[in-house]
Amino acid sequence: MNTIQQISVFVENKQGSLTAVTTALYENQIDMRALNLADTSDFGILRLIVNKPEEACKVIQNAGYIVSMTPVVGAKVDDTPGGLAKAMCAIVDAGLNIEYMYAFVNREPNCANVIFRTDDNERCITALQNAGVTVVPDSEIYT
Amino acid sequence: MERYWNQEIECMSREDMKKLQDERLAAQVKHVYENVPYYRDLMDKKGVTPDDIRSTDDLHKLPFLTKADLRDAYPYGLLAKPLSECVRIQSTSGTTGKRVVAFYTQHDIDLWEDCCARAITAVGGTEEDVCQVCYGYGLFTGGPGLNGGSHKVGCLTLPMSSGNTERQIQFMRDLGSTILCCTPSYAAYIGETLHEMGFTPDDIKLKAGIFGAEPWTEEMRREIEKSLGLKAYDIYGLTETSGPGVAFECSAQNGMHINEDHFFAEIIDPETGEVLPEGSKGELVFTSLTKEAFPLLRYRTRDICVLTREACSCGRTLIKMCKPMGRSDDMLIIRGVNVFPSQIETVLIEQGYSPNYRIEVDRMNNTDTLDVFVELTPEQFSDTVKDLQSKERELAGAMKTMLGINPKIHLVSPKSIARSEGKAVRVVDKRKLH
Repeated sequence: MNTIQQISVFVENKQGSLTAVTTALYENQIDMRALNLADTSDFGILRLIVNKPEEACKVIQNAGYIVSMTPVVGAKVDDTPGGLAKAMCAIVDAGLNIEYMYAFVNREPNCANVIFRTDDNERCITALQNAGVTVVPDSEIYT
Repeated sequence: MERYWNQEIECMSREDMKKLQDERLAAQVKHVYENVPYYRDLMDKKGVTPDDIRSTDDLHKLPFLTKADLRDAYPYGLLAKPLSECVRIQSTSGTTGKRVVAFYTQHDIDLWEDCCARAITAVGGTEEDVCQVCYGYGLFTGGPGLNGGSHKVGCLTLPMSSGNTERQIQFMRDLGSTILCCTPSYAAYIGETLHEMGFTPDDIKLKAGIFGAEPWTEEMRREIEKSLGLKAYDIYGLTETSGPGVAFECSAQNGMHINEDHFFAEIIDPETGEVLPEGSKGELVFTSLTKEAFPLLRYRTRDICVLTREACSCGRTLIKMCKPMGRSDDMLIIRGVNVFPSQIETVLIEQGYSPNYRIEVDRMNNTDTLDVFVELTPEQFSDTVKDLQSKERELAGAMKTMLGINPKIHLVSPKSIARSEGKAVRVVDKRKLH
């Protein structure tokens, strides 16, 4: 699969919310690959890329949080100036809106992973591939 | 020199007033019994006939009316005159489900405006005054009531309605307004704006303010008096009985004289319904003695209050009520609007949210704030901030439609709002108004 399942968690802006989520993941030996937090004055949305998404979902839900899985696209971006711009231009030129994006390091040298959440994953993947950008297969994330 | 609009009535001896009330009550009960089947049924069920009510001493025999009756009888069930004789309606502020529509004949309007004229005169108003009315006009009784009273007194009347505060101040300065009528929170806001615009009370001519339609404190009175350089007076009323002018404050500034030739007041135990002696704290109940179109008998206001007949320094003999000290139900008055928590619950259920919620009411810069904390459901969750914020806006919009005021919605985690055994504490009022 070319899309990756992202875990989205609703967290209130109050002390301890994030700690409880990360502790629950740790206790179940779930590995986080990437993390992003969008916040407003009231609430936040924690977005996670993990090695075992379905298990993570259950664990976080059992801890009392609202959680959902969202398919997103990962792109391997060259670690050189213009690397990210190339990927983004490809997506925007395809007429897609980027709802949000975040980057994370991987184990390969000279390359960073960027997660894109757009309104159409299929078209996003095609646009990236046509521009010569490698899409991260889910097998690289899940174990 | 104390001025009176109607000295004969306002300073009438107790005996004469009692006689007037007795006569009016007997006639009113007959009028209601003959013309309002809804109330006739209530009386029949209690086994009371108009002949049993010869004086105000018999009033306790009559059944009560509550807001629930007004809702059940909406819109015409309590109307006592043909619509052809009615000339106006007024209504409570946008509260679907609990809306009250009151009807007026021309005579009803004349008497209502007369009550407001008494209030304006009691704060020193004469035909020499310029009276700026910044209560809302329209269905709300505040604007029309004080507007009419001001006309009767002969003041130059500025029918401003509320809002556009800088323009209010410009008119106030250009036309030399001497009396201001509005809600106390709006008066405080006008005071702040005046100072922000670089003016002081010396730049305006206000001498008196008639402030009502919402609870306010003695501290607020002092603050408003200082910031606007006037004397601040309270006024009381409710759409069900007519509007503002049911009771008004005099120069003594320590309680409101009830226009008891038109509105007979009782204090009851809200639990048992038993009438309590003068000086007791309990629920205020009004009987309209003179209203033709919408004459409510023993209407439970839910306001907790004390009545007193102690002599007043102003010379009026009209019975006095204190500022309401609270409510015997869960109604909140927010920015002058009546809000029931059950209405908020209705909106939440309609919009697919959990009915487990918490309301926080506070007062920031003299304006009421309403914060509603709502538990998010898994179905409504989205991974984008945009979606969640638009859900908050949709919910706020639905509440605005229902309540008439705009709340701030806070989405919170499921099960994060405390569930208590028995009666849930859903409302936190931080305003400290009583």
